[in-house]
Amino acid sequence: MTQRSATDAAVVFDPATIDLLIAELSDRGYTVLGPRVVSDAIVYGPVTSSSDLPVGIRDRQDAASYRLEDRDDDAVFGYVCGPQGWKRFLHPPETTLFTAAADGDVSFPPPADAPLAFLGVRACELAAIHVQDRVLLEGPVADPVYRSNRDRLFIVAVDCTEPGGTCFCASTGTGPAAGEGFDIAMVELLDATHRFLARAGTDLGAEVLAALPSRPARSDDQEQAGRHVAEARTAMGRSVDLDGVEELLYANAVNPHWEDIARRCLACTNCTMVCPTCFCTTAEDRPSLDLASFDRVRLWDSCFTLDFSYIHGGPVRSSVSARYRQWMTHKLASWHAQFGTGGCVGCGRCITWCPVGIDLTEEVRRFRDTDLRRIAVPVAGPFPVEGGPR
Amino acid sequence: MALPDPLIAPLVPAWWPVRSVRRELADTVTLEIEPPPGGLVFEPGQFTMLSAFGIGEIPISISGDPGAPHALVQTIRSVGPVSSALTALRPGDRIGVRGPFGNGWPLEDARGADVLVVAGGIGLAPLRPVLYTILTDRDAYGRVSLLYGARSPSGLLYLDEIRGWMAGLDIDVLLTVDRGEPGWHGSVGVVTDLIRRASFEPAGTTAFVCGPEIMMRFTKQALESAGVDEERIAVSMERNMACGVGLCGHCQFGPFFVCKDGPVFRCSDMVELCWLKEV
Ligand SMILES: Cc1cc2nc3c(=O)[nH]c(=O)nc-3n(C[C@H](O)[C@H](O)[C@H](O)COP(=O)(O)OP(=O)(O)OC[C@H]3O[C@@H](n4cnc5c(N)ncnc54)[C@H](O)[C@@H]3O)c2cc1C
Ligand code: SF4
Ligand code: SF4
Ligand code: FES
Repeated sequence: MTQRSATDAAVVFDPATIDLLIAELSDRGYTVLGPRVVSDAIVYGPVTSSSDLPVGIRDRQDAASYRLEDRDDDAVFGYVCGPQGWKRFLHPPETTLFTAAADGDVSFPPPADAPLAFLGVRACELAAIHVQDRVLLEGPVADPVYRSNRDRLFIVAVDCTEPGGTCFCASTGTGPAAGEGFDIAMVELLDATHRFLARAGTDLGAEVLAALPSRPARSDDQEQAGRHVAEARTAMGRSVDLDGVEELLYANAVNPHWEDIARRCLACTNCTMVCPTCFCTTAEDRPSLDLASFDRVRLWDSCFTLDFSYIHGGPVRSSVSARYRQWMTHKLASWHAQFGTGGCVGCGRCITWCPVGIDLTEEVRRFRDTDLRRIAVPVAGPFPVEGGPR
Repeated sequence: MALPDPLIAPLVPAWWPVRSVRRELADTVTLEIEPPPGGLVFEPGQFTMLSAFGIGEIPISISGDPGAPHALVQTIRSVGPVSSALTALRPGDRIGVRGPFGNGWPLEDARGADVLVVAGGIGLAPLRPVLYTILTDRDAYGRVSLLYGARSPSGLLYLDEIRGWMAGLDIDVLLTVDRGEPGWHGSVGVVTDLIRRASFEPAGTTAFVCGPEIMMRFTKQALESAGVDEERIAVSMERNMACGVGLCGHCQFGPFFVCKDGPVFRCSDMVELCWLKEV
């Protein structure tokens, strides 16, 4: 993929052209997935025209709270992000890896027919796809399912101009403007005339844009878009100082504050299910009734369950505090050591969808306030632990 | 059989016949599995993912001789659904195999100086290939001691072979059990007590340790107080594993993935983690 400069081929089109964009992508053989309103939430799924899109709808997000409301304009991408990210299409919640027959024969499910096009990918979501690329494609073994979905993916990104109540991509450096890796990126402009400023990120993106009716972008389009995106940067509902957070969390592995979080956390797994970077899976063998074959099925899993760390004799992480510590330390600290990037893109989903409103930006602040390196009497030697040396 | 896409191949077990089954202990058997011609080449310390048809897949260390790759030898203790199905296999049955995965014991480090092999219970299985390797090139090492402990005498693995080593001069063998049984005249106590009785020159000694996590912690501590360099103490870690190849996330141990960064770790690489609970 050749990445082009951001302003290359910048064009402007009106909202009706979104229909033509969907049609152009379908004509090229893509299954177009975009935002739709399903059960009072923005859910990504197949879209065939702009009438499927959440025109004139906004979402209000806060800790443990999510509501859709009518807007007083016809914004197409006037919401922040759906509860479930794009992850489910690239790294599906349930996949049959193979079917093995008793005679040793192995068969594979047919490959997905049509390539996917994502319409309306936010900057944080694009960053999350790059994080999962690192995890699932760049290790010693690449994930075959992710690889085949990802390789043919077409991405239409939309920069954010109205961040939500739980957003903090400005703190994680992953938004509000789409970074690299899109085919087309757009800014929706709602000033005097409702229009889209679009730029191509790849040759294929430029080709698709060229097939749509548009006019060249003028400096006032660019200036307005730039201003709105810049304003978005300062309008995030949340923020977090991630400077030195790796050392902070490692040094606070035995901070009693983990217990305080554990008193609130239900270990419900919501945060891991909605997180666009969480990648853990488990495998389940499902035999046929006559036991002549079995399917090995891969399912999303969560570090908040007891089974996740089960080894003979019991779970390694039996306490909720150890499980929350695993999750948060992984996201913000050990991810860097493992994959050379952070594991959090600041989308805020884990805050919005936590039933008790646990907010990792707030918890980071609490660890700074109670940092053992500052306030504890230094303990000589290793950490005090059960069964450990005295 | 549909040829697996090379991309998916590491996730798909090959089904190989079990050649023989040897009952080691009441709950433990050693399977000799027949890989295709060419064998399964592995390093001491590596493991495979073994599937029991339709039941599930678990990580099991290779316990055979790296010099004899035409036989894949694995020792399995029955503790749950998958391991009990695997220990019930009979000669001729097929077993699903993926691997070998993970790194090996740092045997290179051990050359030219004394070696301590410290095992607890089933932990001797991944260490037996170390002993085989040393024995094929015995002169390359200094004094070699096997310090092996089990809960009871009937929990000691590979006793026939151990008796053979005891009779020879190549390996000093020290055994202990947590609790004796009639007929047991050996020592009673934890495996760390054996360290005091072993003869080795601490400077330069390499120790290979495998057993329950708590046993490894105390062994590390005892070895360090005996003067063994932290960098020369290698342990094999165990975590739940659902893939063996770095994709499922289950085997995380702090910043490490046990399946791809381990299972063997040097204690010097995980100082902060050693004494931390529930990592
Ligand atoms: C690197 C490595 C090497 C090992 N080598 C040996 C060996 O040589 N011999 C031996 O007897 N045992 C070994 N084990 C332990 C062995 O993998 C577990 O005893 C086994 O997984 C138990 O599975 P089960 O289904 O029989 O039992 P249960 O304990 O009932 O397990 C239930 C479920 O939990 C999961 N599970 C439990 N423990 C583990 C685990 N450690 N890893 C992955 N999943 C788990 C399984 O998916 C299983 O289906 C090793 C483990 C690791 C990580
Ligand atoms: S940890 Fe929370 S804010 Fe960060 S990427 Fe995951 S869901 Fe989004
Ligand atoms: S932090 Fe919240 S969403 Fe995550 S497991 Fe705990 S209660 Fe559930
Ligand atoms: S066992 Fe799956 S990541 Fe290590």
